[in-house]
Amino acid sequence: MRIHYSKSRTSFIKFLYILPFMILLGIFAYYPLYGWVYAFFDYMPPIPLSQSPFVGLKWFRSLVENQVKIDQLLQIIKNTFGMSGLNLLFSWLPMIFAIFLTEIKAVRFRKFIQTVTTLPNFISWVLVYSLAFSMFSSEGIINGLLKMLGFTDSPVLFLQNSDHVWLTMWMWSTWKALGWSAILYIAAIMGIDDSLYEAAHVDGATRMQIIWYVVLPSMIPTYFVLLMLQIASFLNNGLEQYFVFQNAFNKDTIQVLDLYVYNLAMGGGSYSVSVAISMLKSLISVVLLFSVNKLSKLLRGESIV
Amino acid sequence: MSKVKVQTSATDKMISVLIYTMFSLFALICVYPFYSIIINTISANDISARGDVVFFPKQIHFQNYLDVFKIPGLWDAAVISLGRTLIGTTLTVGASAFLGFMFTQEDMWGRRFWYRFTVITMFFNAGVIPWYLTMKSLHLTNNFLAYILPTIVAPFFIILVKTFVESTPKELQQAASIDGAGIMTLFFRIMLPISKPILATVAIFSAVDQWNAFQDTLLLVTDSKLYSLQFILYNYINQASSLSTMVNLQNAGSTAMASLSTKQTTTSIRMTVTIIVVAPILLVYPIFQRFFVKGVMIGAVKG
Repeated sequence: MRIHYSKSRTSFIKFLYILPFMILLGIFAYYPLYGWVYAFFDYMPPIPLSQSPFVGLKWFRSLVENQVKIDQLLQIIKNTFGMSGLNLLFSWLPMIFAIFLTEIKAVRFRKFIQTVTTLPNFISWVLVYSLAFSMFSSEGIINGLLKMLGFTDSPVLFLQNSDHVWLTMWMWSTWKALGWSAILYIAAIMGIDDSLYEAAHVDGATRMQIIWYVVLPSMIPTYFVLLMLQIASFLNNGLEQYFVFQNAFNKDTIQVLDLYVYNLAMGGGSYSVSVAISMLKSLISVVLLFSVNKLSKLLRGESIV
Repeated sequence: MSKVKVQTSATDKMISVLIYTMFSLFALICVYPFYSIIINTISANDISARGDVVFFPKQIHFQNYLDVFKIPGLWDAAVISLGRTLIGTTLTVGASAFLGFMFTQEDMWGRRFWYRFTVITMFFNAGVIPWYLTMKSLHLTNNFLAYILPTIVAPFFIILVKTFVESTPKELQQAASIDGAGIMTLFFRIMLPISKPILATVAIFSAVDQWNAFQDTLLLVTDSKLYSLQFILYNYINQASSLSTMVNLQNAGSTAMASLSTKQTTTSIRMTVTIIVVAPILLVYPIFQRFFVKGVMIGAVKG
């Protein structure tokens, strides 16, 4: 790596340094794509894939082969859309959170609130579930409190309730992520030029007017990018949250695509169908990502990916 | 922040009161679950099991924290969780530092391609089950390496480091190159020392991820020796009653007969394990909070 090496040679040596890492990435991020071939075979462990019969598009057709299956898939899609939709509908919450948080003039209080509300983001879903269990199970603290205050004699079964699962799931993810998601917006507000505030003040703007005309516009670019990314991952609710909160009572309304795919394979042993759904989901997600990227280019002249 | 003193009208005051109340309430909702579980684990177990410990601990004792380690597998799980956090974090930080730095090397062969090759994996994945099936075919089920290897190359952390390195003066590297320093010297002598702040951020993010990881155990591990604390906690929530009976039997055999207030209940076991699993996060969080914030802000400047 001395100067007497030719330019192209040092350039290639540099590549060789990162090659092992690119191989790792290849194995753990790209090779799983090869797992999609399971969707075209009748894979029944422990029989290895190599001895499994090739079945073509059988599993894809089976998804819509009769009304029962269609109804089931529709319910899963409804749950996915419901929960992602709720998150999308309230995607402005972190922005409002940031605006009002920065309105707090007592610095220590503001720092305290920010620290405390960011904390839930750093615990796992298993821990969230454990907290939820301690609070809301039949022998939990909320039921204890309700009993103490004389509101109810028999415990309320919050966690087994199947009626408001979408809403409660939205509430848990908001509880966990709100403070953290606000940080980006707080950063955007901190970046606003003081002269803008001064100018607004000179013009006699009220506090609400300043928020509306100075603060809010400064956050729109950030909001737009995050919104686009959120739309792109509309089908990817993730597995953990829904897995830990699922039980026999709420199964119908909590199963999003990610959980359904998991339950099909790991619970029911239907690996091939599960992979088929996974594959469709990934492909639609890619299309979504490219679409929002295009949209972003059109609207803002800037790509997000 | 505005340094101009804004006139306070009646509506302004009302808004302020509203803001303070709302935030205080939300902060309370964020903290109370932790607080309540902590006071329950140190209260008399019979009172706690009835759900009567709401605001303050009652009849404080610490027996639960001694008893909980009598549950078979808890120590093993703690070792696994600590192990994967230490080893995983070290390797992830090392790889992120190196790759983040290498991707700033404009003359590297195929730099743009390999950078995209890395970053795109953040937005696209095959799905959990195809991933599981391929990991299985690589014999990474029931294998400690499954906790470590997939996390080494982490695109988000690489972007963080790359963005940071790009923000440092180029002259530093150029001067060293002219002096004949090779790429590795450049990395260890110049880049590592100046990137300490961002590497600290990456280390903390990565450690939290490793500590909190649950899905990989769920999918890839059936050998109870490799269970992580998170996984064991999940199991305990669903089967704490049998565990409490078991610990009580052990205690009954010993000379100290457990009294009602220290006798293990479903609640006490579940809550104590919860606190043990969350404790590392609660302990490091206040110290490292500023790093988290910094990390997100650098990440916001897209790489």
